[in-house]
Amino acid sequence: MIEVKNLYKSFGIKDVLKGISFKINHGESVAIIGKSGIGKSVLLKHLIGLIQPDSGEVWVEEKLVNSLLFSQLQSVRAQCGMVFQFGALFDSMTVEENIGLALSKLSDMNEFEVARQISKSLAEVDMENSEKLMPSSLSGGMKKRVGIARAIAIKPKYLLYDEPTTGLDPVMTDSINRLISKIHRQENVTSIMVTHELRTVFEVAERVIMIHNGKIKFDGTPAQIKQSEDKVVQQFISGNSTLLEAEA
Amino acid sequence: MLRILIYPINIFIDFFEGVAEYVLLMTKMFRSVKSWNLYLGFTADQMVNIGAQSIPIVMLTSLFSGMVTSVQAAYQFESGFVPTWFVGSIVGESVLLELAPMITGLVMTGKIGATITAEIGTMRVTEQIDALESLSFDPVSFLIMPRVLAAAIMFPMLVIVADFCGILGGLFAAQSAMDVSAQEFIRGFRTWFRPWDAWFGLIKGVFFGIAITSIASYKGFTTEGGAEGVGKSTTSTVVISCMVIVLLDYILAEIFL
Repeated sequence: MIEVKNLYKSFGIKDVLKGISFKINHGESVAIIGKSGIGKSVLLKHLIGLIQPDSGEVWVEEKLVNSLLFSQLQSVRAQCGMVFQFGALFDSMTVEENIGLALSKLSDMNEFEVARQISKSLAEVDMENSEKLMPSSLSGGMKKRVGIARAIAIKPKYLLYDEPTTGLDPVMTDSINRLISKIHRQENVTSIMVTHELRTVFEVAERVIMIHNGKIKFDGTPAQIKQSEDKVVQQFISGNSTLLEAEA
Repeated sequence: MLRILIYPINIFIDFFEGVAEYVLLMTKMFRSVKSWNLYLGFTADQMVNIGAQSIPIVMLTSLFSGMVTSVQAAYQFESGFVPTWFVGSIVGESVLLELAPMITGLVMTGKIGATITAEIGTMRVTEQIDALESLSFDPVSFLIMPRVLAAAIMFPMLVIVADFCGILGGLFAAQSAMDVSAQEFIRGFRTWFRPWDAWFGLIKGVFFGIAITSIASYKGFTTEGGAEGVGKSTTSTVVISCMVIVLLDYILAEIFL
């Protein structure tokens, strides 16, 4: 279980998160939505201790992430796989080395087991036989797939996706959405995705958390958000930039 | 008016903030030395990048610096009061004590310092460092420690190469500019040669290597703001490293000579 309690974060004079609280149970598929630059990715990075909050608490599996030492944080991170917006593949390494890095250096697996796990992860994202490719030769969609393969290779309990479909064409978006759903079902993981792509929200998520002005504006199911009468939520769902101006 | 007054104060504060951040990062790096065996492969890769691949440029620059020293010595000796075979001692002492480590340090600042900052800076702005952390790696021991360790080992080797090429360059130039024979040059070189001078050059190499790679790593690690940020960090690495090398050169001379 992941629980965030009264989280505050500022960068300079800009208050990004202003008292965020929520709880995510095991096996849930949650989409965190909101306008660009609202602090969604910042929130996601707090969950595995990549960013320290100004105040508030982040609990993962009953461990207070923001008070852990590096060695203790490693055990939390070992349970969380993160997929970054543009893949964040190590560009000096092949696909195989990207996926196998953590397995070979930080696990007890032998060479054979690592190779088998790499092949299995690549097969799950439909990227078989791409072990020897360099990230520079991959398309945006392929990079995201390899990023997902790298995240699932460590067999995490939680999968965090930062804008998994942003910048992809509609066909590739559909493909990645299906992949996320498939992994969520097959691997029995908790999926948390940060996105502003409504198609991803409605196709993949079981729960939606909307952030606005540093606070949670909405927390419910995709069906409920469609019926929300809140003007800010309506504006985001409809994508109509003049909605609030017209109300004013 | 107020902005003019605040500007130098901000620079002062930024400087000390930067120094504190650098010290903190280096403390983390030295703490991570205990896991050095985990990153042995990366250290070996960096030894090739920093050491082996830099040999041609170090050879070339040190060869010419030795030649220039010889030619300038010849110009000074035109009066005829100083025997021409003295040129061997002047070239030898200049190269061993100052030119080889200094030229190597400055050249490597441009070649290795800039490269390290650009590499780590790009990793920072493309979230590759976050990805490393998310995979439970300590980015300091993964990225910085192998580079600094490799430089501490390889810089003295490069200084030895620079010593050899510098003296060889001086010998060639002495033969062509002053008609000094190889025997006379070596006689001059051996007359004032002290083994400590050569050791001192190697000690400088270790310090310069650690300074350049650690500053470059720090600047890369703290890069912000995309491609422009990477460019600024790289420039800043070269400027700061050059200043630190000159400063270290003086401090080490005061301590060891």
